[in-house]
Amino acid sequence: MTVRLYLNGVAKTFTMHLQNGIRIPVVSNVDFSVAAGECAVLGGPSGAGKSSILKMVYGNYRCEEGQILVTVGDRIINIAGAEPRRILSLRRDTIGYVSQFLRVIPRVSAVDVVAEPLIAQGADAAQAAGKAKDLLARLNVPERLWSLPPATFSGGEQQRVNIARGFIADYALLLLDEPTASLDAANRAVVVSLVDEKKKQGVAMLGILHDLDVRERIADRIIDVTDFQVTAA
Amino acid sequence: MSVTLNDEPLLNVSGLTKYYGGRIGCQDVVFQLWPGEVLAIVGESGSGKTTLLNCLSTRLPPSTGVIEYRMRDGSMRNLYQLSEAERRFLMRTDWGFVHQHAADGLRMTVSAGANVGERLMAVGDRHYGKIRATAADWLGRVEISEDRIDDDPRSFSGGMRQRLQIARNLVTKPRLVFMDEPTGGLDVSVQARLLDLLRQLVADMGLAVIIVTHDLAVARLLSHRIMVMKDGLVIESGLTDQVLDDPREPYTQLLVSSILQV
Repeated sequence: MTVRLYLNGVAKTFTMHLQNGIRIPVVSNVDFSVAAGECAVLGGPSGAGKSSILKMVYGNYRCEEGQILVTVGDRIINIAGAEPRRILSLRRDTIGYVSQFLRVIPRVSAVDVVAEPLIAQGADAAQAAGKAKDLLARLNVPERLWSLPPATFSGGEQQRVNIARGFIADYALLLLDEPTASLDAANRAVVVSLVDEKKKQGVAMLGILHDLDVRERIADRIIDVTDFQVTAA
Repeated sequence: MSVTLNDEPLLNVSGLTKYYGGRIGCQDVVFQLWPGEVLAIVGESGSGKTTLLNCLSTRLPPSTGVIEYRMRDGSMRNLYQLSEAERRFLMRTDWGFVHQHAADGLRMTVSAGANVGERLMAVGDRHYGKIRATAADWLGRVEISEDRIDDDPRSFSGGMRQRLQIARNLVTKPRLVFMDEPTGGLDVSVQARLLDLLRQLVADMGLAVIIVTHDLAVARLLSHRIMVMKDGLVIESGLTDQVLDDPREPYTQLLVSSILQV
């Protein structure tokens, strides 16, 4: 199987300068890989560093130690230390982030919010809008809302808009940040089938999922983050 | 926002320093800006943001350092070695400058349409009907009703004036726009509308932008990259969400932690 993501000796420590420079080690010696068509899930209690790992892979947190290697076509790119515009181009073409947290942009309709990542990858606007509507329908967002900006939607509707946005584009690597938390059973099942479809397309996925039922249905492998915990020296 | 991995920067800045007598305005600033990229310069009052912006936009000669700009013909030119005519042409066509106070960037005693049309005439447009039609189109794009085209900006609200200033700057399809606190001093709701409009125009036109702001929310919404300044020095720079979500320097951590959560 083709390796899409490889973390090699990754460590993360936060230095809180406003608290007298206290250093908070989060993880160290993080070592694992994720292959194409596989969904690996980060396991471990809250505070173990799952979210920090996911954010480092997306370039949202700095990675100052180790390497985070992503396969892009026939090249390998190290996200740790990549320049900003390199990370932005990876986020457009290669790495997607699915979360429920919608950063609402005023005055942009739900369909356009969802279609945007696909259009950024070069898709035709009408085609992207069509796919956006399909996804919104699958995730049970009422059709009368599609042309409205999501700012006024209920919390649950906003979450599903953002999930649609996360799944619409063609990324080789997809990061799943609690995509099913607080969804009802019907919509959880939709997310499970979306993940299955991505697997069949050969997408590599790395996720955080507290929902045990969903985790059992989509995880091919659990990576125990407590293995990477920093032991007090 | 689209960023392509074009290997040729639009702007190449090295060792840029400005002294005011013995006092430092900004010191040893180094960066590159690529086409379509939005760079925010943040920091508190007196940190050197505006000094840097003015040096970059050739409004204030630096004490030392080099600023090179890629002209439309592809050649890289040192901005402070351009002739005065070349520099003026650049400022009127290829660049825009959006001031915090619209009155500094508009002609307050001529009509809204003329404010937009003037930049077109500067690049050689002479056909009155065409100029007026383009001006009307641009007023529409910045959400100013067409029946205000003959009114002068003194009768406009603060938010409208700012939108008019943006139309005046963008009508010549510039490649680089400088913005100095473009949302400063506006009501929050007016600010949100202006930011949203700016975000869309910048993305649609693929503009490169250097925006000075002390408002980190503005930087997060509009910029790809951020430079944090303190006492004339760039103390931290990088991808906007990385610098704001995982700030490294003590001063940046203080700035980020000082934002009120609403």
